Amino acid sequence: MIKPKVGVVSCSGECCSLGTLSRIATRRVLEDLKAGETVTICLPLFLAGDSGERMFAKQFPTVAVDGCHKLCATKAIEKYSGKTAATVDVESLLEEQGSSPPASRRVFTPEDMAMVAVVAGAIVEKVDGIKEAQDV
Amino acid sequence: MNERPILIIPCSGIGKPFGTIGRDATFRVVDELRKGRADTNCLSLLVMGDEEATEQIRESECIAVDGCPLECARKNIEIAGGRIAAHFRVMDLLRENRGLRPRQVTFLDEDGTKLAEMLAERIAVKVDELGGEGLD
Repeated sequence: MIKPKVGVVSCSGECCSLGTLSRIATRRVLEDLKAGETVTICLPLFLAGDSGERMFAKQFPTVAVDGCHKLCATKAIEKYSGKTAATVDVESLLEEQGSSPPASRRVFTPEDMAMVAVVAGAIVEKVDGIKEAQDV
Repeated sequence: MNERPILIIPCSGIGKPFGTIGRDATFRVVDELRKGRADTNCLSLLVMGDEEATEQIRESECIAVDGCPLECARKNIEIAGGRIAAHFRVMDLLRENRGLRPRQVTFLDEDGTKLAEMLAERIAVKVDELGGEGLD
């Protein structure tokens, strides 16, 4: 049986470095950690695109990756496309780790990249959970 | 002279290098080249219909920065009721610089960085023309 790929959609928020962190971690999952098992879509397409884009969360069980507690990705996906399968709240993750947000939203230090690995790991956990549920 | 900073909104595109170029150029302008005279905000806030972000868009001169022909930044600003004072498209810059072939999405490669620097310079000139002010 062919299992559907899992959607991973980042908020990519531009107002702070947490958006960059969510974006880079999402790319890491798509390109490397879960390459071939995951797909994404640009979040603004839910509003600017056509009805095809809005089918995304119906076609793919989707993990929203939100930089901050405003949870724009989760809310936008659920408003326009469908229920999310899971959310990774990056700001909460940093709080749990006792870590500070990256100082720059453009240039990441090795310490920031360590946080990317943590966030990417959290996304992978959600993806694996969704795929395991598909097996049941 | 505008009493508010010029609001630069990049598209948040995550599937190709063009979105990363627009995003990188925006941060160069807002955080370095015209710090204090230009600002940005999360496009995802507009997508989910955040009232504060919508009000900011409606009260500011906006520069839309789009990576691909779908023009999510321009469309989302217009849907929110904002005024587009200028519109930059990474694809136009690529056509003018056919020798440059950006390939990396997560972190820009050399060609992507060159394009981001060029785009940032153009946006900075436009901020000067529009007379952004207000964050100092």
